[in-house]
Amino acid sequence: MTSTSTETSVRRETEVAVPVERAFAVFTEKFDRIKPREHNLLAVPIAETVFETRVGGSVYDRGEDGSVCRWARVLEFEPPHRFVISWDIDPQWQIESDPDRCSEVEVRFIATGPDRTRVELEHRHLDRHGPGWERGRDGVASEGGWPLYLQRFTELASGA
Amino acid sequence: MATYVDDAWTALGDPSRRQILRRLAERPCSVTEIAEELPISRPAVSQHLRVLKEAGLVLVRPQGTRRIYEVDLQGLATLREELDQFWGRALENFKRLVEEETEQP
Repeated sequence: MTSTSTETSVRRETEVAVPVERAFAVFTEKFDRIKPREHNLLAVPIAETVFETRVGGSVYDRGEDGSVCRWARVLEFEPPHRFVISWDIDPQWQIESDPDRCSEVEVRFIATGPDRTRVELEHRHLDRHGPGWERGRDGVASEGGWPLYLQRFTELASGA
Repeated sequence: MATYVDDAWTALGDPSRRQILRRLAERPCSVTEIAEELPISRPAVSQHLRVLKEAGLVLVRPQGTRRIYEVDLQGLATLREELDQFWGRALENFKRLVEEETEQP
């Protein structure tokens, strides 16, 4: 089990009535239809989202004008059990180029029966986005800031 | 709260505004300072700041004769909530898609 503290993670899970192999294949190969379209860092609407299903691949959005935004790197890929991607988007919703300042998302697929799969998603190490944020707090009250809103965020996530 | 989320997302849909917000995250500053450092005209900077302010992403405070803009932490808290909603929606989409595909012969 991961020892990540809840202050720096967001967890979500769902259960679906399909075998684990099928759940994993649909999630990764049809990620284009899973990722909410309104999440877009390009200047134009997204034509498609591509999940390159191998370690070292990327997850990227391709805009209608051909422009590309690579916003995640595939760090681990173990079908049909789990994958881990980086989250290369900073708190100001721009691409983060420093890998040490990126968070990561792990999705685990657990067979709970022959035709049943629990999908557990964890977006963790959110504090890694923090150091740059700390600098932004000069002149702002010392109370609050990153730890406070992460905590609030986590409360909302866990209550959902 | 819901309108703030929508506004923040619309506000950040513009690359110049994202650039300005990133600059403010480094250090609070005035319109003039932003216009000097970024390739954006002073009137355009003012316009962008107005949108960011209305979206709850930046705050303004007077300092002598100048107005200093800074990132509104509460506004960004709203964006963090949006990150949770993002994954919630993704999993809903996934569940719907898997069930649709399974119903096919």
